[in-house]
Order: sequence, then structure tokens, then C-alpha cells
Amino acid sequence: MRRVRRWGPGLLLVSPSIVLIAVFVYGLIGWNVKVSLSDWRTAEKTSGWAGLDAYRDLNSDPAWDESVHHILVFTGTFIVGTLFFGLLLAFLLEKGVRGEGFFRSVYIFPLAVSFIAAGVVWRWLMNPAPGDRASGLNVAFEKLGLGFLANDWYLSLDWGMAAMAMPAIWALSGYIMALYLAGFRGVPEELREAARMDGASEWRVYRHVVFPFLRPITLSALIILGHISIKVFDLIVAIGGKQLITQTPAVYMWILIYDARDYAEGAAIATLLLIGISILVIPYLVYSVRAERRA
Amino acid sequence: MSTATTPAPPIPAPMRLRRRRAGRTTANVLKFAAIVFFAVLVLTPLYVVIVTSFKDAAETGPENAWALPSVWTFDAWRDAWNQLSPSLTNSFKLVIPATVISTVLGSLNGFVLSKWRFPGADLVFTLFLFGLFIPYQAVMIPLTTLLADINFPDGIPRLAFAHIVYGIPITTLIFRSYYATIPDELMEAARMDRAGMLRTYFSVVLPLSAPAFVVTAIWQFTSIWNDFLFAVFIITDPSKWPVTVAVNNTTGSLVTPYNLQMSAALLASLPTLVVYILLGRYFVRGLLAGALKG
Repeated sequence: MRRVRRWGPGLLLVSPSIVLIAVFVYGLIGWNVKVSLSDWRTAEKTSGWAGLDAYRDLNSDPAWDESVHHILVFTGTFIVGTLFFGLLLAFLLEKGVRGEGFFRSVYIFPLAVSFIAAGVVWRWLMNPAPGDRASGLNVAFEKLGLGFLANDWYLSLDWGMAAMAMPAIWALSGYIMALYLAGFRGVPEELREAARMDGASEWRVYRHVVFPFLRPITLSALIILGHISIKVFDLIVAIGGKQLITQTPAVYMWILIYDARDYAEGAAIATLLLIGISILVIPYLVYSVRAERRA
Repeated sequence: MSTATTPAPPIPAPMRLRRRRAGRTTANVLKFAAIVFFAVLVLTPLYVVIVTSFKDAAETGPENAWALPSVWTFDAWRDAWNQLSPSLTNSFKLVIPATVISTVLGSLNGFVLSKWRFPGADLVFTLFLFGLFIPYQAVMIPLTTLLADINFPDGIPRLAFAHIVYGIPITTLIFRSYYATIPDELMEAARMDRAGMLRTYFSVVLPLSAPAFVVTAIWQFTSIWNDFLFAVFIITDPSKWPVTVAVNNTTGSLVTPYNLQMSAALLASLPTLVVYILLGRYFVRGLLAGALKG
């Protein structure tokens, strides 16, 4: 009883948040799954049981296939590009340079800007329009005598979604840079020094001493970027709008709900997004919390 | 404030600034050139948005695409202001209360989950954390249905409520890792004085919390200001749109001239950019905290 008196007030203080999370995260997730299994296919709300109908319809829907293909191309380009530039920028800064703070701020600044606002500029930069409406990179290529590089960017048939990843790489490389930079700085200098004393070249010092230290950071970065990518929405809407050629699962869900009023199928997409992200995140969360407890 | 109590540690300085021997200077020059090159690359969209926003509509064609304006004009800014000022007001009405409330909740939760723990506190925290990663799409349909069913006040209050609820995981995470760095002896001392939970919080913990409040508030301000997904699902009345939705609708049309598109985008980004320029290092700490300590 005395022990309850000790921790009781704490539980009481957190209980509003526990209730909110229980209802609005876990409760609503359950409700969403229920909607996806229902026959709510019009603006009028219904809650009859329809089993996996919505998932089956999705499975035979060519627009869904497109969306999945798009998100795979986008995710692959985005993750590889962001990890590459993030690591490169951190590598360039890690030994300290004049004005490091300034450069760090510059690299990270895109993260303070919404994808909606950034999308406006990137739509201008990657504008495929010819003639009077031309702008951005295609015009720059033309001016520099590199006209053959001009292309359709995000409206290219096969690789449009790789172009679509460019603004996302721009936005998040600074974040990954910050993670890696903290990682580089966490490598004890004595270890590097010892390797140098053994006659290791600077490259071998990186290869065998520094990079192994960065592995856990790469794992975190993969999880962070992966979960951002799977649900990408704002950026696509800002640049591509509702066109099929740039449609991703999250955008398709929005279209299904707002235009087609097909709630069950929209909820089915939402459920699949959640499953995809959970497969990525849950093992990581369990691992992180356990590692913290051990520390 | 001692460095022992920073929320997520700031990026440390390099171990030792080494002055390189002569043979290394070429490499260093190349490295520095690359650093500058990438900085220019990252800033290119900012250049575009600024110069285009000050151009006359006649100058936004392909010939002058990358050039400075021959005449600097505020016309596009005036138009953008006229179109966006109602939604800017909406955004402030949304962001300020939502940021304050979710930051306070995060502080209380973080305090209890690190310093006034109850059995199962770790489990509760893990269950909170999952909320950090869920795609909000997975709750969107029931959320809008539920808020309408219970007649939750329509418009901005609904959106603010959503941001507060789904902000709990990140704000709790930042405060919890911050409070974990406060020595337990301080808590014990308070207990010796028979201070209860709230007195311990207000007299011992809260006075040390300023940096965590700044980090969390900046984080919440930026993410709520920049949110588009919740707004587009929850707000049905165009007069209640926050600025992200308004910008997307203004600029989404092909007939909107580029100078207006750019001034609208920049105007909508100014509040978060100003915060970033003034308090950027706290923003970076929020980022690192969000990475779950790598």
C-alpha cells in the first residue's frame, strides 16, 4: 500500500496521455482495420462485414500496382541517395573545418521547410514543360549547351519517381549528415592514432576503425528514412498533384477517400502502409529499448 | 546550464583540430571546395525562390529563369500576402496552443517515465514510441469519423487536438531522455525533504528544464506548422485552412505565375525559417533525439 502511494501519483499524472494514446493510436488502428473489412464503399457510412473484399479489389486494381511500383522506385532512390550524401557531407566535415557551424546549418536548413513549400520550388526546377512555360534545370542545361540532358523529370514514364526522390534527398541529407557527424565524433581518437602508428593509411583507418563504429547509425538512418518514404504524401501532392504517373499508396488512399468515397479500400491501403512500416520499426524499437535498459 | 544536462547531446567538436603537414594541404583544399560546392547546391532552391519572388510577372519566362530580377518588385509578395494572410492567421491560431500544450504534456510524461516511475513504465514508454512511427493514414478515417461523431468543435480545434495527441510520443521522448541525465541524488534529496511528486517537479525538475522546453517547442512548432496531411483530412472548411493547404491550392494551378508561387512558398516558410536561423542548434538536438540515440 505504501508503495502504491509512492508511484500512484506518477501513474495518475501520465494517465491522460495513456488514455489518449490507447484510444487514438491503438483504438483507431483497430477501427481502421475494421473499416477495411467492411462494406463502406460510398459516402454513406455503413458497417456491414465484407471480409477481404477491399483488399481483393486493391489487388486487382492496376492503379494500385502502379502506386506500389512507384513507391519502390522512390524508396530505393531516396534511401541510397540520402545515405550517400549524408555520409559524404559528414565525412567532409568530420575533421573540422573553418566555418563548420555555418555549413552544418546550411546542409540541415531544408528540413525546416515544409514539403509543400519545397515542392513549389522543385516543381519549377524539374519542370518538363517546353517553350514559354519552361523553367528550372531544363533551361539551365539549354543555356550551358547541355540540352541533351534536358528531360521529363518526374513525368518520365519509367524513372519519374527517381526524379521525384531528388527533393526528398535534398531535404533529408542534412539530417543523416548530423547523425553520421555525431557518429564520427564518437570514435575515440586513440583508436585512430593507434592504427596510424601501426602504419595504416588514412583510408585503412576509415575502413577498419571508423566505419565499423558507424554501423548502428546506418541502421537508425535506414529505419528513419524507410518509414518516411513508405508513407510519403505531401511532397508527391505538391509536385505531381493527383496524376497517376506520380501516384503513391498514400496519395491513392487520399484519392479513394476524397474523390471516390471508397472508405473500405482507403482503409485497406492505410492498413497495408501500417503493416509495411511495422515490419520495419517494431524489431528496431524492441532492440533500442532493450539496449537502453542494458546501458 | 551545464553540458551534463543537455537534451540530446549537441554534435561534439572534432577530437583535435589537426594542422596537417604540407602534403595534406591539396587534399584539404579539395575537401573545402567540395564543402562549398555542396552548400551552393543545397542553397540553389533558396536562390530560385527568392529571386523569382521579387520578379515582375513578365520576367518569369525561360529567358530570365536563372537571372536576378532587372527590376525588384514587391508585387508578387503583396498578392501572396493578400491571398495567404487568413491562412497564416489560422496557422498561428493552430500552432501556438498545440505547441504549448503538447510540450507541457511531454514534460510531465517525461518526468514521470524517467524519475517517478511506476511498474510497467518502460512498457508504457515503448507503446508510446510506436506512435512516433505509425503512418497517420492508419488512423485518419476513424479519426475524422470519431471527431465528427462526438461533435468535437469543428475547424482549428480539431486539428490542434490531433496534433497534441499525436505529438505526445515525440515530446515525451525528448523530455524523458533529457530528464534521464538529471542525477537521481537530486530526486533523493527532494524525497528526504518529504516533497511530493508535484513539488519535486516544480522545485527541482522544472527549473532545470529550459533547454528541453526550447528543443521540444521548436520541434513541435516546425512540424505542426509544416503539416499538410492532418490538415487536408481534418479541415473541410476552406476558410479554416492552415497555410500549407492554402499554398498548395494557390500554387497548384498552372495559371498561377511563378513569381506568385514563389512568394507564397517563401511567405509560408518564413516563420519556421526564422526560428531555424535564430535557434537552429536546438532544432538539431531535437533531430538527434528523434533518432532514438542512434
